[in-house]
Amino acid sequence: MAERKDDQWTKVPMKEQDPQERKNNFNEVPFGYDEEEMLKEANRCLSCKVPMCEKGCPVDVPIKDFIEELKDNNVGEAASIIKSQNSLPAICGRVCPQEEQCEVECVVGRRGEPIAIGRLERYAADWAMEQGEEDVEQAESRGHSVAVVGAGPAGLTAAGDLARMGYDVTVFEALHVPGGVLMYGIPEFRLPKALVQEEIGKLREIGVEFETNVIVGKTVLLDELLDDMGFSAVFVGAGAGLPTFVGIEGENMLGVYSANEFLTRLNLMKAYKFPEYDTPVKVGDKIAVIGAGNTAMDAARTALRCGAGEVNIVYRRTEDEMTARLEEYHHAIEEGINFHWLTNPVEFVGDEDGWLTGMRCVEMELGETDSSGRPRPVPKEGSEFEMETDIAVLALGTSPNPIVPSSTPGLETESWGGIIADEETGETTREGVFAGGDVVTGAATVILAMGAGKTAATAIDEYIREKYDE
Amino acid sequence: MYRILQKRDLTPVTKLFVVDAPMVTKHVEPGHFVIVRADEEGERIPLTVADYDRDEGTISIVVQEVGKTSAMINRMEEGEAFSDFVGPLGVPAPLPESGRVVCIGGGFGIAPIYPIAKHLFECEDVEMTSIIGAREANLLIMEEEMQAVSEDLRVATDDGSKGHHGFVTDVLQQMIDAGEEIDEIIAIGPMPMMRATAEVTRPYGLKTWVSVDPIMVDGTGMCGACRVTVNDELKFACVDGPFFDAHTIDFEESTRRVKMYEKEEAQAYEQFKKSPQCRCGGANNG
Repeated sequence: MAERKDDQWTKVPMKEQDPQERKNNFNEVPFGYDEEEMLKEANRCLSCKVPMCEKGCPVDVPIKDFIEELKDNNVGEAASIIKSQNSLPAICGRVCPQEEQCEVECVVGRRGEPIAIGRLERYAADWAMEQGEEDVEQAESRGHSVAVVGAGPAGLTAAGDLARMGYDVTVFEALHVPGGVLMYGIPEFRLPKALVQEEIGKLREIGVEFETNVIVGKTVLLDELLDDMGFSAVFVGAGAGLPTFVGIEGENMLGVYSANEFLTRLNLMKAYKFPEYDTPVKVGDKIAVIGAGNTAMDAARTALRCGAGEVNIVYRRTEDEMTARLEEYHHAIEEGINFHWLTNPVEFVGDEDGWLTGMRCVEMELGETDSSGRPRPVPKEGSEFEMETDIAVLALGTSPNPIVPSSTPGLETESWGGIIADEETGETTREGVFAGGDVVTGAATVILAMGAGKTAATAIDEYIREKYDE
Repeated sequence: MYRILQKRDLTPVTKLFVVDAPMVTKHVEPGHFVIVRADEEGERIPLTVADYDRDEGTISIVVQEVGKTSAMINRMEEGEAFSDFVGPLGVPAPLPESGRVVCIGGGFGIAPIYPIAKHLFECEDVEMTSIIGAREANLLIMEEEMQAVSEDLRVATDDGSKGHHGFVTDVLQQMIDAGEEIDEIIAIGPMPMMRATAEVTRPYGLKTWVSVDPIMVDGTGMCGACRVTVNDELKFACVDGPFFDAHTIDFEESTRRVKMYEKEEAQAYEQFKKSPQCRCGGANNG
């Protein structure tokens, strides 16, 4: 009996690849639940009358309802319920920060560990994907077309929702494959690329068209989409593509990467398969990743898998202020990544040919709270030291890509580059143009971008009905 | 897919391709570049637009074999297609509206200088002089085309097999020494040539533009591989350039940065040359 009680308050653990093994391959780390584990976990759910968890979901997944179906092993039904609100469930089940969204609200979590909503979502989504054939509902056409700029999480979600409402949707993507950060940013071992493409395939099945290699603002202008190409509205989800360089002396040395470049070479261009694939990358023997967000964890763990001997994460604050998900942090520790807290690089040093050989760093201590609400790190006097490194990766955040706003008159931005958009609707300062995701908020999460795509899809529907259907 | 409609041998190692890419022609201007990927395993490489025809929906590019990717592209034939071809990218060339302009093209840099010269030649108030050069006469490309868009065309070869015996910068220096009036210079070619041009014109304060050709991945400002120091400021060649005032660029840094993958490039090229794909008639074909 005692054991059962314990069980009730503890998440059914998910099996994972052994750290020693996985650090040498790009296969996914967690295996997902099997049927028995799923049933056990689903049955921990209390089926609250007022499901608090649903309040935490940016895309309003009917969490209680799908878990109810899982309890009875009606997986197909559970998957349909999720998909009624979420176009990319297999992706969300893997990369959503559930611990700060649905799971943090879970009532069970007040006493023990919350229900593993993410793992259950993944189970249902993967199961449905394995079944393959589904009834594809082609909504009745509403006779209007909508253009989506950017095939990342925000754009894909908006596209899926709009297609289901009966709009003809065309998604324009600058890169050679759709997926955005899901393809170029998040590594294979955290989010298999085949799975991303399968989810995108589902959108094609419901009628969404994808035009890759089209940069809106360069290849075609946003104005042309509205004026010449017959689109009734445009959703801009162009993401936060610009890497941040902070002006550390020696930043342009050979061997210093932005995390964006490092990860794009590896994920999108498959540099880990060089020379079978033509794009090279260097990980060196010793590599330092600067920053402690999810991107930093991704870069560090990827470097390890590419054969780096020593991987160091260098962060000027502490473990408590880092922005990475706990799960990713733990995975990184298990795999043998070293963490250097309260350490700030102030100069990159190199040899006479301009190749990086190390970083001069200073030790920091935490001072008073700054504008981000976190204690400000201040340098300790006389604490300078040099850290040897062959390669350095700057994972210091990204900012919105300016190509769309700078080529679209009347589309206003904040001083830091974010497109100004109404939080409730995604409406921008240009009629018929809606925006959401990182291009509005600056770098955030996949699920928040999806939430914004969803909100905008509803608002676009209202806009078109009002403008044309009267 | 982006089909090759026409292929022309400019030299044994330099080919011109006319590519069917109507979307790209819509807003293309002289000085723009495209990012090209030959096939699914290919890398994304930037190539400057060598010519375009909006009515036909075609973009011309010139590729010189320097490694595996360029070798693979140069073995593609009419009717075959690039898997990706995206653009137009970058900021178009800064085109003066009047005065005497000298366009300098070195090596396969003649290809990207051509549409600029062509445009300027059509400007009534611009007097167009061109200096083109190569290592030797049979590596000199597009001479006829350049002749057709220049009031005055001068040629230099390193070995003296055609025109002036020496560098394009020697010819420029001679023009300056002879007191010829020059208002602006646009130079495209290998990094050492552009750097030398900058040094020739610097003492005279002659406005000089160059187009840098760094390593790129996406070409839209996302990766930062193409960062260039200009006037001590960080710039991305893909979105801020590729044209910069030659007197403000940190050439030493840019020259170093293109060598980042020298070793990997050599490895891939060697492997390619031994493969049947190379069609080199080497070890595999006897």
